[in-house]
Amino acid sequence: MITIGKLKLKNPVMVASGTFGYAREFEDFLDLKKLGAIVTKTITLKPRQGNPMPRICETASGMLNAIGLQNEGIENFINEKLPYLAKIGTSVIVSISGNNAEEFSRLAKRLDKEKSVDGIELNISCPNIQAKGLVAQCPDATYEVVEAVRKATDKTIITKLSPNVTDIVGIAKCACNAGSDAVSLVNTFLGMVIDINTEKPKLANVTGGLSGPCIKPIALRMVWEVAKNIDKPVIGMGGIMSAEDAIEFLLAGAKAVQVGTANFVEPGICEKIIKGIDKWTKKKS
Amino acid sequence: MKDIKATILSNVKVKGDYYKIILDAVYIAKHAKPGQFVQVRCASGTEILFRRPFSIHRARSGKIEMLYEVVGKGTEVLSCKRSGECVDVLGPLGNGFTLLPPSTLHPSPILIAGGIGTAPLVFLAEELAKRKIKPIVLIGARTKSLILCEKDFKKAGADVKIATDDASRGYKGFVSGLLEEVIKKGKYSQGAKVYCCGPDPMMKSIASICLKHGLKCEVSLEETMACGIGACLGCVVKLKNGEQKLACKDGPVFDAEKLSLEQ
Repeated sequence: MITIGKLKLKNPVMVASGTFGYAREFEDFLDLKKLGAIVTKTITLKPRQGNPMPRICETASGMLNAIGLQNEGIENFINEKLPYLAKIGTSVIVSISGNNAEEFSRLAKRLDKEKSVDGIELNISCPNIQAKGLVAQCPDATYEVVEAVRKATDKTIITKLSPNVTDIVGIAKCACNAGSDAVSLVNTFLGMVIDINTEKPKLANVTGGLSGPCIKPIALRMVWEVAKNIDKPVIGMGGIMSAEDAIEFLLAGAKAVQVGTANFVEPGICEKIIKGIDKWTKKKS
Repeated sequence: MKDIKATILSNVKVKGDYYKIILDAVYIAKHAKPGQFVQVRCASGTEILFRRPFSIHRARSGKIEMLYEVVGKGTEVLSCKRSGECVDVLGPLGNGFTLLPPSTLHPSPILIAGGIGTAPLVFLAEELAKRKIKPIVLIGARTKSLILCEKDFKKAGADVKIATDDASRGYKGFVSGLLEEVIKKGKYSQGAKVYCCGPDPMMKSIASICLKHGLKCEVSLEETMACGIGACLGCVVKLKNGEQKLACKDGPVFDAEKLSLEQ
């Protein structure tokens, strides 16, 4: 049993936001209730269309995306997606994003009324929205957002950090001091790909977030740095494609992991990762 | 939908950069409909990360066939695989072409194929043949040596007409010009439905010709996608009414009338 805030997880494997839709998309490929937790696609107050196409591009051992938080908005999420998630039988963590602390707070307040929501992940680190900078790049803004959400809910708060910073430990500390129950890291690295035939960027948004196995060593280093410097649980992610990858994150100090891009490549992969970790744990003890 | 490990029964060059792979895939073969697709993991390891989407070219007796063109790293690796090797295949995905119920009397449809877009239309023609419907098939190719599946369509009882860009065979020019000619000569059944798959510019001109002449038209789109099951939101298709659909889940076949062709 893994404890994160008020969450009790049956195993340390969660699915990362934005890589698993609202879980139903994957019901044919794995037994969803076996997951440690499901983190939903990020929800905003109002529906968002997302960015223009093309939005994704393959890179060597990775992918670049600039989806732009396309979602139907909080009310549609609660009416149309949450009832299915509630019936699965595992922890449901809703990822939220807002333009300011007040929007984050309103989202959290709304979710606080929903019994089937077990936790809230604050996506303060999406690199693909038109804003001056990321909340997760500024210690004060991070503190302000987390503090506002903490006032709005007693549910478990996980703050998702950006790797596009100089001092990720500092930001993690701000999130924890403001009342976050845990931090999850890393979100994607800001990147870019140019098509040499058209001489234009491959993404319409020009830049996008890099994920997949190519970021794993950097993500692992950041998880290790944060884990040894804060007291709250760290949820590690970044390019996990196998149980071995996940175990590396656990050894670096993460209490749980999130599997992201791998879900796109192999929709049933989380079950394999859960089994692999279980086997490793038993062998160790 | 299932993610299965399928044994390669054969994987051979057809002509030019076109290859045909046959997989032992009982579940997918049983459930596949014309116009649906599969996601194939072309390479082991993680360097080539995404699966590649391929339309189903044929599905029968527990086997599926995909006709594909080598266009990049993924398809290149796939083309080197030998029979006996296994690949991960996810499918059948998406919605296929809309067919009227078997008992309905309907005018012979027109199937329009451009380049590798021919692949799903063979499956469709063979399905139509089972229903004793003989379509008109217009095949477009760059040059005569690259015309795909002419024999397969003829075997399915279709009336096949060819267009080549370089005028080496049949109609001189694009297959859209050939469609205009067929319409002008009135050599098609009134109310015929058009099914089309090919490069984007071709589908755009076919769709606008159909719109002009009041023909219903379905097009099968190709988009870059990571997952193929509606999770990554990488393959968004905009409709005229502003609605956003996913090529993988809501498509890949769309009613041409509803598509916003400017995208």
